[in-house]
Amino acid sequence: MSTAIDIKNLSYSYGNGPVLKDISFSIQKGDFFIIIGPNGSGKTTLLKTISGIIKPQRGQLEILGQSIRSYTRKVLAKTIAFVPQMVQVDFPFTVSELVLMGRSPYLGLLGLEREKDIKIAEHAMAFTGVEHLARRRLDQLSGGERQRVFIARAICQDSEIILLDEPTASLDLAHQVRVMDLMERLKKEKSVTVIMVSHDVNLAAMYGDRLLLINKGKIVSMGRPDEVLTFQALEEAYGCMLLVDESPIGKFPRITLVPQKFSNSSPFKN
Amino acid sequence: MNPKTPFLLKRLFTVSFLLLLLLLGAMFLGLSLGSSENGVKAVWQSLSGARDADSMLSAIIWRIRFPRVVLAALVGATLSLGGLVFQALLRNPLAEAYILGISGGSAVGAIIGILMGLSRFPGVSFTAFAGSMSTLLLIFLISSGQTILKKDSLLLSGVMINAFCSSIIMFLVSMTYDSRLHNIMFWLMGDLSTADISQVGILAASILPCFVLIFCLSNSMNLLLLGKEMAQTMGVNIKFVTVTLLVATSFMVSATVCHCGLIGFVGLVIPHLLRLLFGPDHRVLVPACMLGGGAYMVFCDLLARVLPEQGEMPAGVITAMIGAPLFIFLLKRSDLRK
Repeated sequence: MSTAIDIKNLSYSYGNGPVLKDISFSIQKGDFFIIIGPNGSGKTTLLKTISGIIKPQRGQLEILGQSIRSYTRKVLAKTIAFVPQMVQVDFPFTVSELVLMGRSPYLGLLGLEREKDIKIAEHAMAFTGVEHLARRRLDQLSGGERQRVFIARAICQDSEIILLDEPTASLDLAHQVRVMDLMERLKKEKSVTVIMVSHDVNLAAMYGDRLLLINKGKIVSMGRPDEVLTFQALEEAYGCMLLVDESPIGKFPRITLVPQKFSNSSPFKN
Repeated sequence: MNPKTPFLLKRLFTVSFLLLLLLLGAMFLGLSLGSSENGVKAVWQSLSGARDADSMLSAIIWRIRFPRVVLAALVGATLSLGGLVFQALLRNPLAEAYILGISGGSAVGAIIGILMGLSRFPGVSFTAFAGSMSTLLLIFLISSGQTILKKDSLLLSGVMINAFCSSIIMFLVSMTYDSRLHNIMFWLMGDLSTADISQVGILAASILPCFVLIFCLSNSMNLLLLGKEMAQTMGVNIKFVTVTLLVATSFMVSATVCHCGLIGFVGLVIPHLLRLLFGPDHRVLVPACMLGGGAYMVFCDLLARVLPEQGEMPAGVITAMIGAPLFIFLLKRSDLRK
């Protein structure tokens, strides 16, 4: 398998101190890769660096074997699509208008779509199950529907790599599973490399091929879910008490939070 | 084709065609009506260049009304488009073509020109243009570098410069007692009466390229509405698009303002009105604003010419008088439909 993303000695700092410190890792093509870590650990900065939104200050970032510096904006957009956390839409675009925007990097000087672009957009809407909403306005949708519309837009961008920033945050349980299943299908059926930042370690355990745990701008561990999601590593990174056992539905870890009122009772007393 | 996804080109052509008809209709009315009463037939004969046309009427139509109607169309198009661009760039529904202090700067320039006793063209036009360009330069200096991309700092600098200019305007006005005061007030309220065909030609030549440029960036404006980060990951060069739009828009608005003074409200109401009617896609809205804004301005100017028994009133008086109620009506209707 070849490499989708290769990062060497990446560092990044905002004005008030470093956010990413000398990070090196690589992501294989076709992986469902999930980045986890506590608030302020640098997850989102890392994702924004890979997406090209912010430039790496130090270190190297290669996408499909080429340095990100050698990509033009449009070529990068055709290679990597980005689904941000909830987007506030100030103007009343319809669902189909928004999904079609994903074709932008392919349009000519005047920025007008052709029928082919519409076909691709309709296919993307069908894939994420939002085609019945095509003429609805974005501000009339629920959070879960809107998230699937933004994913359809990313699919419409027809890129090999899709980045998502906490796509399940603020969704109810059914929509969380739906979004994650969707990304799994995208990976399997279209062999897209999915890279996701997530707060939900249980979803990460169930769906991720490989996980990256970062804390305070440094890599704690990387590997299969059962290698990364150990209670020592998680308690160290998140700073709270956790119980890790095997999930009843498969061979991956299940993480249970331990509230303070239970923390003194057995079996947690060491 | 799947009816769920309306094909953009079809919509673009339908909307443009409808609004073009509206514009041509308004222009025909503008050419036909005026202080000298003539039948529609006589006007049509003059327009179509028939041999038995009334030569006096032809002269009125081609020398006096035609430049004025074209000027009104250009001004309406520019101000509407300017409002549309600034509403998108600043993501603020209250933005209009004058938001960056163009109005204040050019008004100060124009008043100084009038007080110096310069002729309307090229004298006052030139000082007005110099005034608006210097405020723009000031804005770009204040928000130099990265902050030009921050919508709020740009907006606030514009508002502050306009406020500062207003006080200078009031100062100059309160120091003036003679007939020049009337000239100043007319300029401030917006007035199209001094149109002359060569002037209008120069204006058209300088703003039409801006229209083309803005249309080419209209898809980028759509993407900018999703936020800078999203737009960037979809291939938009944020800095280039923002700066080009700001410069092109400011230039064309300044160019029109120096010809006909401050015509308010067109730039605010027309983009909103068309957005309510045709949706938020800028690839449709840019041509729609050009044609619809032009038609609206021609119509308002016509009323400004025809309504008063004697003389005429500044066109800027009419724009808000019709625009505000019309806009509120459409807004209520679209609220009810939700």
